Amino acid sequence: MTNTLHRYGKAASFEDDIIVFAIPCKGKNDEGALDKLKIFLRICARYKPSNMGNSFFGSYKPSKALRPTVHWNRDTQPDYESVIAAVEKVGTVAAVFNSKGKAESCLKDVIEADLGLSINISTSVEGAKAVGESCGISRHSVEYSLGFFDPHDHLPNSQVLELSTMCGHGMVSFNFAKKMLDMVREGRRTPGQAVSTLARFCPCGVYNPDRAKRLLEEARTRQA
Amino acid sequence: MQIDPSKCVACSNCVPVCPMGAIYVDLQINRATINYDECVECGTCHRMSGEHLNPTMVRGVRKLAKFFRFRFEPEPDVCPTSAFVMEELEWPRIARRVFSDPLVEHKSTGIKGRGTEEVKTNDVAHRVDVGEVGYVIEFGRPGVGVRFHHIQCMTKALAKLGVTFEPKNPISHLMTDKSQGTIQEDILNEKILSAIVEIKTTIHEVPAVLDTVMEVSKTIDTVVAVGVSTRCGDAGEDTELAPLLEELGYDFERAKTNMGLGRVTNVQEKEEVGDQHLAPVR
Repeated sequence: MTNTLHRYGKAASFEDDIIVFAIPCKGKNDEGALDKLKIFLRICARYKPSNMGNSFFGSYKPSKALRPTVHWNRDTQPDYESVIAAVEKVGTVAAVFNSKGKAESCLKDVIEADLGLSINISTSVEGAKAVGESCGISRHSVEYSLGFFDPHDHLPNSQVLELSTMCGHGMVSFNFAKKMLDMVREGRRTPGQAVSTLARFCPCGVYNPDRAKRLLEEARTRQA
Repeated sequence: MQIDPSKCVACSNCVPVCPMGAIYVDLQINRATINYDECVECGTCHRMSGEHLNPTMVRGVRKLAKFFRFRFEPEPDVCPTSAFVMEELEWPRIARRVFSDPLVEHKSTGIKGRGTEEVKTNDVAHRVDVGEVGYVIEFGRPGVGVRFHHIQCMTKALAKLGVTFEPKNPISHLMTDKSQGTIQEDILNEKILSAIVEIKTTIHEVPAVLDTVMEVSKTIDTVVAVGVSTRCGDAGEDTELAPLLEELGYDFERAKTNMGLGRVTNVQEKEEVGDQHLAPVR
């Protein structure tokens, strides 16, 4: 799973995009991991992450039983508790933070909890290193993204790519990211409304609504 | 995936939602329709939020609004009549869902997603060591999709270099001959959202592997994303791979970093490996 590795953007664009995730290793430390994953998410929730996910859904999730009035009063707030309560199978769980300070505080608590699960940070190369060092730990392994090779020009402009690639499984389509971008530009949606709509398509809960909001606010007056 | 024509009201909300652009409104029947050959069975349209409005009523309201040039602006992620139906799939089409829907688990890996645990559990699994390099070569993402015959072009070229394919990777699982990089024939034309080929080499083979990936990428009609990984030294430094990538001219701004907090805790495994192999908590 590389669903957080290939986000489009320069290192500076990831200052408000730090994903901390926990993953048990099959056959090595997966026994009793369910409770540890919940503890991990509870620690993350203390620091008000931008989003949180349990591999089935994130803190912004779709609903199959909406009432017609929803078009006037849609809920746009993250729901951490339902994510934690629904961890029923051993897998990857993640939280997205919009600042280095929150990620550091969270990681310090995770170290203190001594869960024994593998903990990874996905952000800029230097950003992850700095978060670790401030907590007194050093990197074990690193996986660099070399970006996209697109010799046939399939990819859209950088603004659409930045919005779309925050769901690494590709569930936020280019066309939908473009639609929400256009709706914000045309004043038909606020950036806040648009990002909660985008985030609902990311079933892992790693879509970063705060970064998306910043990108939409920047993009509403300037086309790439 | 199917759209129930008795429910669809052709509101077109689902059209931009499809990551493959495979949904369109067919004006002949005035219903949203799926291009079945382009659909990768990712389930994104099915996961849209849903209401259960009466289709006849919605069609009537839409007709009236259209006549008076009104524009009703519904929530863009909602199917007002919950018209999508996820159908039972058979081989080989089911391969599309397995590789495209992140909520479906691969039998070969036991985890959801298109690859293995990679370096995410390297502190426990020791998959990639110092001086070794792991690669995740991903096809079709973002937003383009790929057919297995394109992936086979890459696996054949990599096999000629003598690389080791990660045995637990879903694509390796579909290979008929790993020494040749051939993938089973009956799925070669199936389209999927994305897939990952995972290999491992020594650090000395990095230039040859990346050159091959670049060259083959030019010949296959999709997009390719590459991740390369290694184990850091005791102080967290990477004195081999990062300098080599810089020397080769690659730009790498983003990374996934394993912080080394994992350790073996399963009782049986602990007894087998002994304490000397347990990763220390740092």
